[in-house]
Amino acid sequence: MLKIAKERLNELYAKISETMGLFIPVNYAGEVNYKVWKEGAEVSLETLKTVKSPKNMFFPQTENMMKFKTEGKNIEIIDVRKDYKEEKPFVLFGVKACDYKAIEVLDKVFLAEPVDTYYQSRREATTIVTLACSKPEESCFCGVFGIDATAPQGDVTTWLDGEYLYWQANTEKGEALTALITALTEEGGEETVAGQRETTKAVLENLPFAKLDLSRFTPENLNDLFEAKEWEEMSEACLGCGTCTFVCPTCQCFDIRDFKTNEGVIRYRCWDSCMYSDFTLMAHGNSRTTQMQRFRQRFMHKLVYYPSQNDGLYSCVGCGRCVNKCPQRLNIVKVVKTLGGKKDD
Amino acid sequence: MIDETLIPKVGVITDIRKDTPDVKTFRVVGTDGKKLFQHMPGQCAMVSVPGVGECMFSITSSPTNEEYMEFSIKKCGCVTEVIHAMEVGQQITVRGPYGKNFPVEEDFKGKDLLFIAGGIGLAPLRSVINYVRHYRENYGKVVIVYGARSKDDLVDIEEIQTEWVNEPNTEVYLTIDRPQEGWDGHVGFVPSYVKELGLDPNMTAVLCGPPIMIKFTLQGLLELGFDKSRVYTTLELRMKCGVGKCGRCNVGDKFVCKDGPVFRMTELDELPDEY
Repeated sequence: MLKIAKERLNELYAKISETMGLFIPVNYAGEVNYKVWKEGAEVSLETLKTVKSPKNMFFPQTENMMKFKTEGKNIEIIDVRKDYKEEKPFVLFGVKACDYKAIEVLDKVFLAEPVDTYYQSRREATTIVTLACSKPEESCFCGVFGIDATAPQGDVTTWLDGEYLYWQANTEKGEALTALITALTEEGGEETVAGQRETTKAVLENLPFAKLDLSRFTPENLNDLFEAKEWEEMSEACLGCGTCTFVCPTCQCFDIRDFKTNEGVIRYRCWDSCMYSDFTLMAHGNSRTTQMQRFRQRFMHKLVYYPSQNDGLYSCVGCGRCVNKCPQRLNIVKVVKTLGGKKDD
Repeated sequence: MIDETLIPKVGVITDIRKDTPDVKTFRVVGTDGKKLFQHMPGQCAMVSVPGVGECMFSITSSPTNEEYMEFSIKKCGCVTEVIHAMEVGQQITVRGPYGKNFPVEEDFKGKDLLFIAGGIGLAPLRSVINYVRHYRENYGKVVIVYGARSKDDLVDIEEIQTEWVNEPNTEVYLTIDRPQEGWDGHVGFVPSYVKELGLDPNMTAVLCGPPIMIKFTLQGLLELGFDKSRVYTTLELRMKCGVGKCGRCNVGDKFVCKDGPVFRMTELDELPDEY
């Protein structure tokens, strides 16, 4: 294990930025989000939850996919994809265990055949440096999904305390990044890290949502859960604002739209939300006409449909962003508490 | 260039046929004059008009047609309205094929087949019916029941009346909803006609049409003794990507674009009722 003195972290960022794009949690106008590091950036590794998850590194909120030039009856299609590996690889720095697990959830969608090459090219060009949690908050429940917040994976795993950033490469990409910054490192830190992990684990075990029971969310119960009368009451206050889907690290529904410009038509994709009324709207009707149906879709997808398609992997990682951000205080925790455990009757 | 499924190919409209007051059939080839890609009966393609939008349509021509693809398109929304205004020579974009096809090489082989269509529901069935006609010796008896609002709303009526009715070991039954001058055929809705015909319940059935027609026709078939595991239909939901990623056409643990659009009735029974 290696360690880097905290006061030298800016040198570390500068060194990485010489050859790669460095995306790191930065405090900007009172919000911490992943941004490109620049000299003078107010990096905030200590912030547990960035407002938006790092999913937009691979799956941007909006992204141009192709361009069309039309002349008379003719159409020319222009491929606008970039080769990020050749251009400038990225380092995604400071990813927490929940958000890292969420990338695995997204991979199963975008890298499944036929591979989404927009996502893939960014994903392959990225080296992920994770950061273990040491101060989990009350809204955290990653442990419920079997995630160890004290030892996330990734190309490099790091731990932070008052004096040092501890550094451990896990993959070839991680080794390559380590080679780049060796001059800033010194050996050691195993005991400190082990100690920090023990302390944090004790906190994690006693978090208010640590004991959520997911046992009823199985493919066999799909129709029973779908028909549950509780959805009506649970969804009653939902405004359909879509905030939960936008801050969610695993939500990946998207829209594809065309935009007319002076230089032709740009086809782009953007995040969309199953909470919106026109998400399923067709010329001849809508398969989900009520907010209850849309609300139910989101949670059924995360807790039953997605796991049923992906060997039991849930499409929730317990980051707790929806718990903090829903204006109506609705969230997946309430759904799990209401429907997740064994039924008494 | 890396192959990316979301990037379409350019297609050229080489022929437009007006089938009914609101359905036109468009013949499409690539810019090189050749067929854009191979498909199987029941599969779909994403057709787009740049600047307007992209929609999923079933490929109505049979895969055995080596020269071109055809799409029978009903004018009912913003994209289809623009497509309907197009002229021969106009380019559009096409990508696909998407979805699971009818099991023509598996479960259908050697079986007596019953095709039941309502209105524009004939579009996906035309592909499989013509496929079966091409490999006629591989299949048993073929019965086709097709209904529409009026005689003017029967899609592909020319092909049906000049070719399908003359096919050996094939019965074609047409019906329209209400009596009409110049129509001496059957009058009545498809579900009740199906019951009247007293069809052999050992046939493998394929239903395609508006949801209400499918619902009542299926009921009728079950009363006649048909087995749900040998009744197929197609679903249609909003789609954007066509490859099970954008999330729109998700029902239960299935995506209609990828796991459908062809479903066995027994598969639909396992899905939540939200399609």
